[in-house]
Amino acid sequence: MSSVPVSAYLTLALILFCIGLYGALTKRNTVIVLISIELMLNAVNINLVAFSKFGMIPSITGQVFALFAIAVAAAEAAVGLAILIALYRNKKTVNIDEMNDLKS
Amino acid sequence: MENAWIIPLFPLISFLFLLLFGRRLKENSGYVGMVLTFLSLIYSLVVLFDRFNHPTYKAEATWLAIGDVQLTAGFEVNQLNALMLVIVSLVSFLVHTYSKGYMHGDDRFHIFYAYLGLFTFAMLGLVVSPNLLQTYIFWELVGVGSFLLIGFYFYKEEAKAAAKKAFIMTRIGDVGLLIGMILLFWQVGSFEYDAIFLAVEEGAISAGIITLTAILIFIGAVGKSGQFPLHTWLPDAMEGPTPVSALIHAATMVAAGVYLVAALFPLFTASETALMTVAVVGGFTAIFAASIGLVQTDIKRVLAYSTVSQLGYMMLALGSAGYVAGVFHLMTHAFFKALLFLAAGSVIHAVHTQNIEEMGGLWKKLRLTGPLFLIGTLAISGVPLLSGFFSKDEILIAAWANGNPVLFWLAVIAAFFTAFYMFRLFFMVFTGQARSEMKNVHESPKVMTVPMIVLGVLAVVAGYFNTPWFGTFLGDWLVEGNEALGHGHTEGPIWIMIVATLVSLLGIFLAWLMYGKKSLERDWLSSRMPTTYNMLYNKYYLDEFYALSVVKTTKGVSVLLSYIEAFVVEGIVKGVAGIVHGLGKTGSKIQSGQVQAYGTVAFVGLAVLVVVYVLAGGYLK
Repeated sequence: MSSVPVSAYLTLALILFCIGLYGALTKRNTVIVLISIELMLNAVNINLVAFSKFGMIPSITGQVFALFAIAVAAAEAAVGLAILIALYRNKKTVNIDEMNDLKS
Repeated sequence: MENAWIIPLFPLISFLFLLLFGRRLKENSGYVGMVLTFLSLIYSLVVLFDRFNHPTYKAEATWLAIGDVQLTAGFEVNQLNALMLVIVSLVSFLVHTYSKGYMHGDDRFHIFYAYLGLFTFAMLGLVVSPNLLQTYIFWELVGVGSFLLIGFYFYKEEAKAAAKKAFIMTRIGDVGLLIGMILLFWQVGSFEYDAIFLAVEEGAISAGIITLTAILIFIGAVGKSGQFPLHTWLPDAMEGPTPVSALIHAATMVAAGVYLVAALFPLFTASETALMTVAVVGGFTAIFAASIGLVQTDIKRVLAYSTVSQLGYMMLALGSAGYVAGVFHLMTHAFFKALLFLAAGSVIHAVHTQNIEEMGGLWKKLRLTGPLFLIGTLAISGVPLLSGFFSKDEILIAAWANGNPVLFWLAVIAAFFTAFYMFRLFFMVFTGQARSEMKNVHESPKVMTVPMIVLGVLAVVAGYFNTPWFGTFLGDWLVEGNEALGHGHTEGPIWIMIVATLVSLLGIFLAWLMYGKKSLERDWLSSRMPTTYNMLYNKYYLDEFYALSVVKTTKGVSVLLSYIEAFVVEGIVKGVAGIVHGLGKTGSKIQSGQVQAYGTVAFVGLAVLVVVYVLAGGYLK
């Protein structure tokens, strides 16, 4: 199993993270933005798992933590989508450009 | 004498009381002022008689302690102070009484009395001050009183301008006083008169500093006492009500300059140059103002120039080391000049004009004012047996004894001028035919004539306190126990007295020829020497000169500065404001509310940090 070096995991995580970041910063559709954020989260999870095996002090804690993060992310996605639907009911749109209510 | 501090408080109470309740009291305010100043007068007399039998009393308390320096406040009753207390409170009381009639019917009657109270408080406070700092405080306070009272008819443009002029002109002098005071404090370490005199006596101060401080303090006196070249405010101050002119601009406040020089006399005697300056300025002012008085046509202005001239006389006396002569003349002058002003006020009250060209033949109509005015005129002209004769004689002797014949003859000529213009005034107002229609001319009420009678009696007898014939009681008392003040009496050759008498009689005779008998043409001078006449009539064009030189220059500088203010300072301020404003605008534009934009910025910032970190090869040191 040692044929796959750590750099491959990290590169995959980086690519995933960049795609996620790009999507989160540029997409107009709020649903896509939420999905992009999930991507970034998963990139982090890959890192956690990778370091739990190849890190300075390998231990199972990283994998447990990753599972934990996935569970929390599921809950977060549910809350995020619920907020989104609430917003949609108010605004009749999911276009992120119109979600600038913070600016008075 | 231990309670002399209470004297200035009576008028202060009057001032405060009238401020609070004057509106309700209306014309009854006059009684409040009269009663309280009368108390001051009584107590001043008690203090004066007490002072005859007791030594100088001085009481002080620490007011401020700064490090080792103690500033004190208190009061002192020495001979000069006791005498001034009586003069000020007496004239003030009489003027309070007189104003009851003169100001009758004025809407702001109670305010007038409140101001009079304030002024009297300040003046009485001034004359009991034991140190320079306290003197300076009250010195400015009398200035405020004078300002308020000159501008009493503030709806008249001239009165407003005159009040401002008086305030500013005296301020110019006060700057000199302030600098002199600070210099003295720097050298002596104390504002106390006693400490200053001690330091001067011991030679602790260098001669140059003594001269400098004495002259600077004299500049303050020049401003207050209307000496050349700062005299121009005094004639303009005649815009105020006539009782004010009598109280402030004849008898008391303008004498404050003379008082200051007298109070600091040991400082002045320590410097030949300072004394000489005082004498020369005084002598010049005496003849300068007298010559202007020759041709003026406003009754109060003639008296104003005569005041300036007489104050010059006092300065000349002090400058000639004639301490007694100066103070003596200050006293007699206070009485007869206050009398003249009150009588002039009575005339104005009767005929409602101040132009003597429009008066005439009032002798028969004003049976009391006429003779009283004559007494004042005789006294100021130096006619024998009246008060002015003795004091003027003392001054001439002092000037002669000091060994300066030029100043002596200047004073003699000024005496001649004085006699001439005063009798010119008298003849034009009281004799001959009325030169304009005058209806309802009647004598003033008793409340106005009684104070004049009191002053008239004093104008006659005040001289006998100090005569070469019956003893120089006042002079001996004034210098008692203080050698620095000189002798109580200076012996002078008898011919001085004869010359003085002759000169004043000659002046009267000439005035009678021109204005009484009219055997000499009235325009004798003006037709022959039109240039001189015009110059005198226009007061040597001094006001115009000041307007052209000082005022123009100041205005020029002010305009320049206002441009600098408008463009440079304002520009900087506006620039700074603009930059901040622009920054704010840009900042608020960035705050679009777009979370994605914020995220982008945060990410770019992080990227920049990382790039810098990588390029720098680790943490920045």
